[in-house]
Amino acid sequence: MKILVPLKRTADPDNANKIKIGAGGAKIETTGLEPKANPFDEYAVEASLRLLENGPTKARIAGDKLTIVSFGPKEAATNIRQALAMGGDDGLLFHADDESLDGDLVARALAKVVEQQKPDLVVLGKQAVDGDSNQVGQVLAELLQWPSATFAMSIELSADKKTVVVGREVDGGVIKLKLTLPAVITVDLRIVSSKSVVNHVTPATFAYPEGARFTPLPMIIKAKTKPIVEAPIASLGVDLALKSKYVSFALPPARKGGVKVKDVAELVQKLRTEAKVL
Amino acid sequence: MSKILVVAEVSAGKLKKTTHSAISFARMAGMPFDVLVVGHGVGAAVEELRAFGAGAVKVADDARFAHYVGEVFAPTVSAAASGYAVVAVTASSFGKDLAPRVAARLGAGFASDIAGVDASGGALSYKRPMYAGNAVASMQVTTSTQVVSARQSEFAAAAPSGGASPVEAVAAVDAPLAGRVEFVSFDEVKSARPELAEAKVVVSGGRSLKSAEGFKTVLEPLVDVMGAAMGASRAAVDAGYVPNDLQVGQTGKVVAPKLYIAVGISGAIQHIAGMKNSKVIVAINKDPEAPIFQLADYGLVADLYKAVPELTEAVKKIRAEG
Ligand SMILES: Cc1cc2nc3c(=O)[nH]c(=O)nc-3n(C[C@H](O)[C@H](O)[C@H](O)COP(=O)(O)OP(=O)(O)OC[C@H]3O[C@@H](n4cnc5c(N)ncnc54)[C@H](O)[C@@H]3O)c2cc1C
Ligand SMILES: Cc1cc2nc3c(=O)[nH]c(=O)nc-3n(C[C@H](O)[C@H](O)[C@H](O)COP(=O)(O)OP(=O)(O)OC[C@H]3O[C@@H](n4cnc5c(N)ncnc54)[C@H](O)[C@@H]3O)c2cc1C
Repeated sequence: MKILVPLKRTADPDNANKIKIGAGGAKIETTGLEPKANPFDEYAVEASLRLLENGPTKARIAGDKLTIVSFGPKEAATNIRQALAMGGDDGLLFHADDESLDGDLVARALAKVVEQQKPDLVVLGKQAVDGDSNQVGQVLAELLQWPSATFAMSIELSADKKTVVVGREVDGGVIKLKLTLPAVITVDLRIVSSKSVVNHVTPATFAYPEGARFTPLPMIIKAKTKPIVEAPIASLGVDLALKSKYVSFALPPARKGGVKVKDVAELVQKLRTEAKVL
Repeated sequence: MSKILVVAEVSAGKLKKTTHSAISFARMAGMPFDVLVVGHGVGAAVEELRAFGAGAVKVADDARFAHYVGEVFAPTVSAAASGYAVVAVTASSFGKDLAPRVAARLGAGFASDIAGVDASGGALSYKRPMYAGNAVASMQVTTSTQVVSARQSEFAAAAPSGGASPVEAVAAVDAPLAGRVEFVSFDEVKSARPELAEAKVVVSGGRSLKSAEGFKTVLEPLVDVMGAAMGASRAAVDAGYVPNDLQVGQTGKVVAPKLYIAVGISGAIQHIAGMKNSKVIVAINKDPEAPIFQLADYGLVADLYKAVPELTEAVKKIRAEG
């Protein structure tokens, strides 16, 4: 089985409150914020590896392959390399910057990559934590005319590898969909829980540690020799025109902290007489 | 005349309140609108929707729409959207899944999870929070049809304006992918409490509640005496203390109630993104340095296991006094 994971380089999401607006509102500046892989994409890599390996030994299933693709600056090669250290086999980097992309273009470019790579499954994050759009996977599925399941918290690959049953986190509960491969999946946070991915190779008793895996040094060294092919995004032959235009950026209105109250009695009194919400 | 098509959300035939936010968006955009209902057994929802001043309520009522499956809904919604300038839906899990699919099918640009619309400059201009709400972009869609999903917490539920919009049936369109995606089950979490996104008061708990039992015995009595919705941090959801859809935050639900009480929640960037537009914020945390205090209107440095039962009793007393 072949899996493709699109991975976006984003500014350190844990410090997103340190971004600045530059050029009189024309730019978002992330200087000083460490660029990291979008966490949801790291989860997509983790989920894909769990589909492709035997959990306890991490032995990969023969013939399977995991490819990482990114549209971003040259430096995004570092982030692809980290995903290769987790266990990805090769990478593709198409040079582009955020200002010249929209979700629609990323999806159209991905559709071209899918045409070339012919994966059985594309596993994406549900959202990039910089743009927060939550759109690329859905658009890609429509462009490819592949079945899809968004916001996945569980994936079960059938033993014959022809279908997946995906648990989707939605308002009010969990919906399960059964998809015939090839298919598109976007993952949610709980996909990296200890038993969220079932591939009928990893024993049912095996529990993964929560979260995306750590990469031991030998894997990091090995990743240095794995291939990453770089090319301009234009080489994919997609129309580079955007369907939306970001005109300007601003900081949100600041919210000031209020007061500390000394006990519950004072809290109740303030909520009644000052805030008038009780 | 350019028009908006509002896509309603129904679940098991019942109209969901999310729909009222998309209607509120349409009113703010200042253009005439129709409403589209796709579902099965949606007669009552359609009746309800006739009172909002829509030019028409369009209905695709068909057994194949009994459960939401994006591949099955998108072709019908896209076909019905022909000729409209804007297709609008609320950014619930339904809208987030559906809107980009419809945009793709229409070749339309998409403005996702918008927090505001400005119709004054001719073209519609949207406000979009990015980077966990730490930047707000002003953006426009440049295609002739636009698809928009509106953030429920930023578009107050529209009230009925009277009248009785005409009802028009629209055909269900065949979905070529229907054979490759099968609805298996919906494991519904039932709750008698108000929905998170609609509640006037939200009480949220974090990792510090330590277990499902902790939520039940310590937090829930406060939630219920306040008539509140219950929320949680990611840490509490990941640990399985409460259902997934109670997560408040950048990647969960965004809420803006009159009163938000954060109990034993540190105030990570991703959590704050989902509640910072609440009118009044109360934080109860034993760590005086917890980041949540930087935006709380009222901060109480205390052990929650002592403070929360006290607060519950105090509110009970107030309620008893009327
Ligand atoms: C300064 C700035 C200016 C911008 N200007 C514009 C503009 O003019 N018009 C406009 O429409 N948008 C603009 N954007 C938004 C942004 O560039 C796109 O929306 C974006 O590249 C696609 O990401 P998303 O947030 O929509 O992805 P989402 O739909 O939230 O991402 C879902 C998943 O898609 C995959 N994915 C997304 N992006 C990539 C990628 N680059 N490489 C690999 N995989 C990816 C990942 O798996 C991700 O988890 C701008 C952004 C910034 C920061
Ligand atoms: C991709 C991604 C997306 C995310 N999305 C979200 C999201 O949408 N929503 C979200 O909430 N998080 C999200 N997170 C997680 C977020 O970064 C934090 O890890 C999480 O919010 C922490 O939850 P918490 O405050 O319950 O736990 P902690 O950060 O561990 O805080 C516990 C707090 O409880 C206090 N405490 C402990 N005991 C007591 C006591 N007895 N009495 C009073 N106070 C006590 C402590 O002082 C501490 O401040 C996301 C993370 C990632 C990587």
